[in-house]
Amino acid sequence: MPGRGAGMSEDTRDIEALIDLMARLPGLGPRSARRAVLHLIKKRRQQLIPLAETLARVGATARECVTCGNIGTADQCDICRSEKRANGQICVVEDVADLWAMERGQAFRGRYHVLGGTLSALDAVGPEDLRIPQLVARIADEGVGEIILALPATVDGQTTAHYIADQLPGVTVTSLAQGVPMGGELDYLDDGTITAAFKARRAF
Amino acid sequence: MIEWRDEGAVLAVRTHGETAAIVEVFTPSHGRHAGVVRGGAGRRLGPLLQPGAQLDLRWAARLDDHLGAYTIEPLRSRAALVMGDRLALAGLAAVCALLAHVLPEREPHPTLYARTMALLDLLGQAEVWPLAYLQWEVALLDELGFGLDLSACAVSGTNEDLCYVSPRSGRAVSRQSAGAWADRLLPLPPVLAGQGEATGAEIARALGTTGWFIEHRLVKGLGDRPLPAARARLVEAIARQA
Repeated sequence: MPGRGAGMSEDTRDIEALIDLMARLPGLGPRSARRAVLHLIKKRRQQLIPLAETLARVGATARECVTCGNIGTADQCDICRSEKRANGQICVVEDVADLWAMERGQAFRGRYHVLGGTLSALDAVGPEDLRIPQLVARIADEGVGEIILALPATVDGQTTAHYIADQLPGVTVTSLAQGVPMGGELDYLDDGTITAAFKARRAF
Repeated sequence: MIEWRDEGAVLAVRTHGETAAIVEVFTPSHGRHAGVVRGGAGRRLGPLLQPGAQLDLRWAARLDDHLGAYTIEPLRSRAALVMGDRLALAGLAAVCALLAHVLPEREPHPTLYARTMALLDLLGQAEVWPLAYLQWEVALLDELGFGLDLSACAVSGTNEDLCYVSPRSGRAVSRQSAGAWADRLLPLPPVLAGQGEATGAEIARALGTTGWFIEHRLVKGLGDRPLPAARARLVEAIARQA
């Protein structure tokens, strides 16, 4: 039987290598990787071959957008190319995953800027390690009127938000609200979230 | 199985695997102590493990020198209260980063712990916090064996016109005694000696002197790593307050 710990033969070496690679993916361990590989092999034509072809294609074409840092298959992503998205607003996010989450919600129709991390004392991440100079340059180039900071509600995230706000005099800088999540029950919230929600209360 | 129970404040968190976290806490009886928190990088516990958060901790390991694992209960969150306050946030980040940087592992410092909690309790009070932070840095140096003696001149014994600190001894030097050596000495702003007006600019100048001792005395013995940038950002924020 292929998999970690099992005896490896010439026959199963490639399958073994595939299981090892899959086991390194987030959310998968050796056992679930073995199950996934077995599933793919059983569904070779419907899933394994299309997956392999798509992986090869994405591997060859995926790149960072030169403007915003989003990931796409062209030098500039769809959002940066679209004239409809040039509404004078840029939403600053930490990571591409955050950009994709915002797009899923379809609440924002402007453009994005991916920082590539947050300032971190522990990991020695400084402003020079983030895409902050590119953001400052974009503000002049694209005639931006508002920067929306959608950074994590953590010490590092908010430290980064304050730092960016300091770098952008003369531009309206806003940030996402913090408080009770949709469907959230107060009893289950931590005291910090309740405090933030109280501070951001609004007229009803 | 070795176990203990204590309270502590979170200094730093690193993800460990997909859902666990290695958390460094500052406790009164066990000093700076790391351990794994299962689920610490997950949705439920992740928000609780912000720097400065006070926790009830139960640590267990098979042997004393093992990393061990923490079971945590939140006591008090501090980060959420200061998110919108630039100076307080910079202060919280600087205190936690500095402690994580300079404290020896597993060495109890109950007095420093009490002072740190008192300092963190003052977060958000912009009119008193910078001075409290300066006094805390002086106490940190003292606690770790590099205390400053600013009571009298190291050369003449006078306590008049003390303007400098000797980088070698950490003792005050008067203007007259400094003479031609003045440019080799560190400035002693009155606020550092507990006198004069505590303006942002003066406190930032005093933090320049304490920072020198932290960088050249404390950190030198800890592998010569650069001081956390969070402290420099705090000093900048305090200077800007002037």
